[in-house]
Amino acid sequence: MFEDLNALFHGFSVALTPLNLLLMFVGVTLGVIIGVLPGLGGANGIAILLPLTFTMPPTSAIIMLSCIYWGALFGGAITSILFNIPGEPWSVATTFDGYPMAQAGRAGEALTGAFTSSFIGAFFAVVMITFLAPLVARFALQFGPPEFFAVYFLTFCSFIGMGKEPPFKIMAAMMLGFALAAVGIDTVTGQLRLIFGWYELMRGFDFLIAVIGLFGIGEILLSMEEGLTFSGKSAKIDPKIVIQTWKKLPQYWVTSLRSCLIGCWLGITPGGATPASFMSYGVAKRMSKDGAKFGTGQLEGVVAPETAAHAAGTSALLPMLALGIPGSPTAAVLLGGLLIWGLQPGPLLFIEQKDFVWGLIASMYLGNIAGLIIVITCVPLFAAILRIPFSIIAPVIIVICAIGAYTVHNAMLDIWFMLLFGVLGYVFKKLAYPLAPLVLALVLGDRAEDAFRQSMLMSQGDVRIFFSKGLVGGIMGLSLLLLFWPVMAKTLARMRSPKAA
Amino acid sequence: MEKKNESAGVAAKGISTRAAEIAVALMFFLVGGVVVFDSYRIGSGWSSDGPQAGYFPFYIGLIICISSLVTLGQSLFGAASRSDKVFVEWSQLKQVLSVLVPAALFIGGIQLIGIYIAATIYIAVFMVWLGNYSWLKGIVIGFAVSAVSFATFEIWFQVPLFKGALDPLRFLGY
Repeated sequence: MFEDLNALFHGFSVALTPLNLLLMFVGVTLGVIIGVLPGLGGANGIAILLPLTFTMPPTSAIIMLSCIYWGALFGGAITSILFNIPGEPWSVATTFDGYPMAQAGRAGEALTGAFTSSFIGAFFAVVMITFLAPLVARFALQFGPPEFFAVYFLTFCSFIGMGKEPPFKIMAAMMLGFALAAVGIDTVTGQLRLIFGWYELMRGFDFLIAVIGLFGIGEILLSMEEGLTFSGKSAKIDPKIVIQTWKKLPQYWVTSLRSCLIGCWLGITPGGATPASFMSYGVAKRMSKDGAKFGTGQLEGVVAPETAAHAAGTSALLPMLALGIPGSPTAAVLLGGLLIWGLQPGPLLFIEQKDFVWGLIASMYLGNIAGLIIVITCVPLFAAILRIPFSIIAPVIIVICAIGAYTVHNAMLDIWFMLLFGVLGYVFKKLAYPLAPLVLALVLGDRAEDAFRQSMLMSQGDVRIFFSKGLVGGIMGLSLLLLFWPVMAKTLARMRSPKAA
Repeated sequence: MEKKNESAGVAAKGISTRAAEIAVALMFFLVGGVVVFDSYRIGSGWSSDGPQAGYFPFYIGLIICISSLVTLGQSLFGAASRSDKVFVEWSQLKQVLSVLVPAALFIGGIQLIGIYIAATIYIAVFMVWLGNYSWLKGIVIGFAVSAVSFATFEIWFQVPLFKGALDPLRFLGY
């Protein structure tokens, strides 16, 4: 514990160089802009900017990229509250009470509430990461291939079990990700897979291209369909409103704490920020004494989803750092960055790259403080971005996406794939095929396959190896429990209903 | 929103969700089939040194096929089959295509004349055509975006972008 605190203070000394501080502010500002613009979000924004960081030292690079992520998390709230347009999926629940507050002329209060609770949620999650991540990493040092495969399995089962979409669609989308990951050279045997003589495919599908297409182009196509006309409320935050709102916030401490816990739980297990914000809003509505008034402009209805979304978004980095398994598409993109910088995510990272890990964790504290300052002072500026007409924004974003897709491998073909993924993203979104499991499967595909094959080698093809020891069996059991949870919950409810009702 | 439309009415308004569901499920089945086929071809069993290259993808393809069949069945015979929801209305589809087609042309343009010039033209045309801006405004903004990205990528970060098969910007020396 004290050892970790020491490491954390060392991390602060790493993060607190003038260059890193500057990158932090640049990152947060870029992040908020990305969060505000339709079609650019945390995941694809970072994917596009990733190639620009290849020349930086890894610690500075990850500090900037993670700050973009914090910025994007903050930015989503601005559009939801002022324009009733969720800039990010996880801020949909913020519109329920945030927009009515803005309509009633309480935009400043809603924004301050949203930013402050985002900050609290993130802070809670960072504290948790500080103490939990090293423990998880130490624990995971004893993992072998079967255990790692079991953890991958757990990740994917929890997607199916906890997703809102039809389970077979989640499964199909996820397996499509695995199939795309398999394209190209098989790392073990060196054989070519699924390229059918098209040698440009040898490189395989890079998930960054998929992320840029699915989330960027797909989102633009969706916005276009709605024929967006932005009509927003004006935003002014003066210090008086901030102080007034801060005085009100402590009375919602129970909601805050509950939302933090929900967020952390759904962030570590790959539920992600979006379900966390909805769940937290739902629970707050049921538990609050003002629950009936939710949806008409309650500050508490802004606090709950924002706290949870940020706690989830932040804690999604825990499994990424400690196990090498990202909890969200954005964390997956950051993981891709680590690999490109030559860092192997996973338990050994905490031993071999102390400066990097603790510098990053320290920057999470600082980045969130920087974020809070920037958003509170610059809201009108960011809101002005949204007033730029869509017919200017849309082509510019498509150009940026194309540049981003090209820079990943300097390959022209990737830009075409980006467009293809864009169309897929549009169709999938409309038919409730989830995109997050597809992306995660694409990222983890090769490593999940390696873990599976190594396990099979160990046992000579006997699947029972996954249930042979306590640890691996426990994780597999938990996975299956999560996988079949919806079915079991339904059966249980049916068995109980005659008595309970 | 209107529930009483008959299926003929749906066809008049746009593509029905049911048709889209069926098409996507069939696409998934096809992809799964291709994966199974190719994995079987390169070997999905055991060789002397362990699992073959197609060992893992084979099952992935199999799961894609099974889950797409379930979705297909649901949209053909399940409760969803009687729904008359519209996947996309014709007018919406027109909007979407008005972004998609120029984007495809833009990418084709990149291949020929490079990112910078294609982007300038694309942004200008898009603004004039869909946003009813004057040509002057369109070209100024298009040029500004290209100039900023040129400065960022070629000069500042030294990441060369694609200049096209014809490379009309050769004279700049990058």
